[in-house]
Amino acid sequence: MHPAPSVIIFSTFSGLGFGLLAWLGIGLPAVTGWVAFVFYVIAYLLAVGGLIASTFHLGHPERALKAFTQWRTSWLSREGWLAVLALLVMAVHGAGLVFFDQHWWPVGLIGAALSLGAVFSTSMIYAQLKAIPRWHQKLTPVNFLSLSIAGGALLAGQVTWAIVLLLVAGAVQLATWLIGDGAFARSGTNMASATRLGTIGKVRAFEPPHTGTNYLLREFVYVIGRKHSFKLRIIAIMLMAVVPVILLLLPFHHIEALLAVLSHLAGVLAARWLFFAEAEHVVGLYYGKR
Amino acid sequence: MTSLPQSTTRKLGLVIDLDTCVGCHACVISCKGWNTENYGAPLSDQSPYGADPSGTFLNRVHSYEVQPPEGQAQLVHFPKSCLHCEDAPCVTVCPTGASYKRVEDGIVLVNESDCIGCGLCAWACPYGAREMDQVEKVMKKCTLCVDRIYNENIPEVDRIPTCVRTCPAGARHFGDLGDPDSDVSVLVAERGGMDLMPEQGTKPVNKYLPPRPKDTLGDIDILAPFLAPIDAEPKGFLGWLDKALEKL
Repeated sequence: MHPAPSVIIFSTFSGLGFGLLAWLGIGLPAVTGWVAFVFYVIAYLLAVGGLIASTFHLGHPERALKAFTQWRTSWLSREGWLAVLALLVMAVHGAGLVFFDQHWWPVGLIGAALSLGAVFSTSMIYAQLKAIPRWHQKLTPVNFLSLSIAGGALLAGQVTWAIVLLLVAGAVQLATWLIGDGAFARSGTNMASATRLGTIGKVRAFEPPHTGTNYLLREFVYVIGRKHSFKLRIIAIMLMAVVPVILLLLPFHHIEALLAVLSHLAGVLAARWLFFAEAEHVVGLYYGKR
Repeated sequence: MTSLPQSTTRKLGLVIDLDTCVGCHACVISCKGWNTENYGAPLSDQSPYGADPSGTFLNRVHSYEVQPPEGQAQLVHFPKSCLHCEDAPCVTVCPTGASYKRVEDGIVLVNESDCIGCGLCAWACPYGAREMDQVEKVMKKCTLCVDRIYNENIPEVDRIPTCVRTCPAGARHFGDLGDPDSDVSVLVAERGGMDLMPEQGTKPVNKYLPPRPKDTLGDIDILAPFLAPIDAEPKGFLGWLDKALEKL
């Protein structure tokens, strides 16, 4: 799959932002006044910034409001609803903390659930797609949610939780890669099932439909990044989990905390780039490619 | 609405005969022509006369080489367009309701004025039947020539999809695959019509007829023994030359 920067930035930043909102919703850290204001500004910049980035890949962003109509069937529509509802409910909760020194528990808990719901629906946009076997697995939502919650803990300054959750998220990331590696073969879709010519003999793509390239090949058959995927996986896992955990284990300092956040962010961006670049769409089979 | 209908009154679709298709691409050209000049946004080209031409097509013809365990390889031309699936994954993922399947005839269509160009339906389709037009920025797909098949302004003989009307080999058939007595359903039953990627669970309406088995010649070639190849072992001067060259 073509790794479009807008979607990578969207899913990474809004995942982090909603993760932080979820922690703020359950009252960790228990902040009020100006400190709470700063935490909320960071969370909203990440979440809303990501959402705005996601509209950059739309052909007709001016019609984006229509995307709220099909929540009954479409995960993309549900994501829109959950994201907006989470931002609205958490704004009420944040107003309570900043202006009234009040932590309204029910509002916070509902906001936290909606925030994680938004991340879950983002992951389901990908996990629902049977045509992309690497994404069509149960670990895809676990991967997105664990990264969001761990990154949120890191931003919320919950050091103990962050150490544990970063290690969990790193382990889930490794499992997602390893299980994903065999997903295409396990899907049962291959040249024989795509053409149904396998009963005659071995099928090979002889001539493509056109001499030039097309939308399908540009969007779905992206092979450039795969040759470095092993190295990028190591870089991603080091930056997203190992380096932040080491920095958190050192005596606390604000510079180290900032470095841990930046390292985690870079690691998640690398992993998300791989999430797209490594994903193979079954349509590639019609072109004799993966 | 992007929920799929429980059932459709009819299941209009295509039957494509892989035994008959000669790979002339006439269906590709007529499809591009009709769907550029008629319903919806035209199918644009990018740099059509340049070094890297590319464009939107709703129908593309692939060619495959199939090598049986014994004997010669076969070449199979393979036209591919939207299969108008009963369980169309492209429809349910659409966030705006632009993508829909019609209850009256099962045709899967895009309402272009509602399409936000997110591309998710093209991701969901395992067949590569949907292409985002690079000029209009909306999703294009086969309409089964919905603007021909019900069009009373054109002669009755033309009220079929333009790809079917154009095919010089008669490799494409159009009809109601929901009616077991229709010509296309009978053809599918007789020839063992197939679904593409059945494991994807899309339940395509369009069917593909497999190439008929190649016939094999028995011992009917009575002249063959007399036409045996000339002695593989050269004699005389050529024999000497052969040996001399071997030794070098």
